[in-house]
Amino acid sequence: MTFTLDEIYETARMILFEKLDIRTTTLGINIKDCVHSNFHTFQDRVYRKIVRYGKILTKEAKQIEIKYGIPIINKRVSLTPVSMVMETHATPEKFKRMAKTIDTAAEESGIDYIGGFGALVHKGITKAEETLLTSLPEVISSTKRICSFLNAGNTNSGINVDAVNMIGKILLEIAQRTKNGSGCARFVVFVNAPEDNPFMAGAFHGPGEPDTSLNIGISGPGVVRNVVEKNPKSDLTQLSEIIKRTVFKITRAGELIGRELAKNMGVPFGIVDISLAPTPAPGDSVAEIIEAFGIERIGAPGSTFAIALLMDAVKKGGAMASGNVGGLSGTFIPVSEDAGMAKAVGKGALTIEKIEAFTAVCSVGLDMVAIPGDTPAEIINAIIADILAIGIINNKTTAVRIIPVPGKKAGDVVSFGGLLGSMPVIQVKNFSSSRFLKRGGRFPSPLIALRN
Amino acid sequence: MNKELIFITVIGKDRKGIVAKISGYLYRKNINIEDIMQKIVNNYFVMAMLVDIKDAKCSLEKISKDLATLGREMNLTIQVQHENIFKMMHRI
Repeated sequence: MTFTLDEIYETARMILFEKLDIRTTTLGINIKDCVHSNFHTFQDRVYRKIVRYGKILTKEAKQIEIKYGIPIINKRVSLTPVSMVMETHATPEKFKRMAKTIDTAAEESGIDYIGGFGALVHKGITKAEETLLTSLPEVISSTKRICSFLNAGNTNSGINVDAVNMIGKILLEIAQRTKNGSGCARFVVFVNAPEDNPFMAGAFHGPGEPDTSLNIGISGPGVVRNVVEKNPKSDLTQLSEIIKRTVFKITRAGELIGRELAKNMGVPFGIVDISLAPTPAPGDSVAEIIEAFGIERIGAPGSTFAIALLMDAVKKGGAMASGNVGGLSGTFIPVSEDAGMAKAVGKGALTIEKIEAFTAVCSVGLDMVAIPGDTPAEIINAIIADILAIGIINNKTTAVRIIPVPGKKAGDVVSFGGLLGSMPVIQVKNFSSSRFLKRGGRFPSPLIALRN
Repeated sequence: MNKELIFITVIGKDRKGIVAKISGYLYRKNINIEDIMQKIVNNYFVMAMLVDIKDAKCSLEKISKDLATLGREMNLTIQVQHENIFKMMHRI
């Protein structure tokens, strides 16, 4: 036999007992070619294109699952930023109708989330983009599958603070219209948003992408935790090496699945996103990896250091395994979706400020964080601005997906249902920065942008 | 010559008749066993069979489902995977 029994068992064990899976296969679809002056024709073209490709994706993904015995958890689609294709049809009513079309097409093709209903406004905002943003409470609350994003800044342009100042009010409105504010889980604000991110809610098919592109996210926090637990005495250099080797293997599996799925679908293969993405399932937690390192509870002093070490090793292993590592490739800390993180909030170990500190090293930002429903819009905007500043100054992607839960105070437990998990509402400092942010304008591009 | 090789991994408590039942099923489906390995790993009975499904009478999907059912009957976990995943994960 060309493999040892230990090697075969290792692969089988990762999938069967440690929850290694392909977290998402996301097909990016260009819809610029669907634009038409007749809105009905435009809607029809968008609908047909999504359904045609969506059905191929769900069918072929199932075949690959069978062939390799590895679960593909989510099959998703990301679109060209919808604001771009709606410039000549930019009324609130038409945005709502287009959202309905896209939502129905996703349902028809067996896609659970469809991304791209958003805009790139890092330097300034067009009338159409503003209309899309203000129509979001209606769009999100009247659909089930639509995900929205806003790129409010990048290192080369700075941060569009006028756009950031709009978000708090929009999130509070979405929260009012959806159960426990869960609609806010379908909106992310970014800086330096990648055009090929496969993970929702922030996935979109960037303007620099080809007609279609298949991007995949592979994830195995349970696999990493297991090797950490098996090596309790390794020093940090050895620990990094062990994680690196493990991540190499799981990324190789992702590369194989992605390439073969793209080939079978007849579309170009895009990237493998190596982010460690948790789920609420027992053992599928990033917090538990950090705790296996020897930290009592995530959020304790030393956690930022630990998470930096973890992700550095993940990136080294992943980068060697695939020539196509891309997307976000950081660690996700979607607090409500990670049982260990949610528990740490409940115990008072993990605070919003500590999650912000994680963002400075390798996390993508504040993700699935429930805050009190009476948090004023301007404080939400200020929380977002803090995370975005870390992104542009450090030349990395950062993002905020925050949920002001109506009627809930800090400490109240809220459940968002299914994979969105549950968590105690986190404490937010109620001191205002509104006089500062109300100045508006643009945070100029930082010095780091001048690299020529 | 063009073989289509898959690995069947069987994990669980050791008992009589595991090899007999699985190999009987494979014979009925015209699947050739190329190699078999087994040992105890972390208190589990682990067996890996390398089989060629080129001339199989049914699809990989059917084989996979049938073996999963067979596994449930014998209180074993049976995983069916194309050999390419092992090549990618364990060989550079």
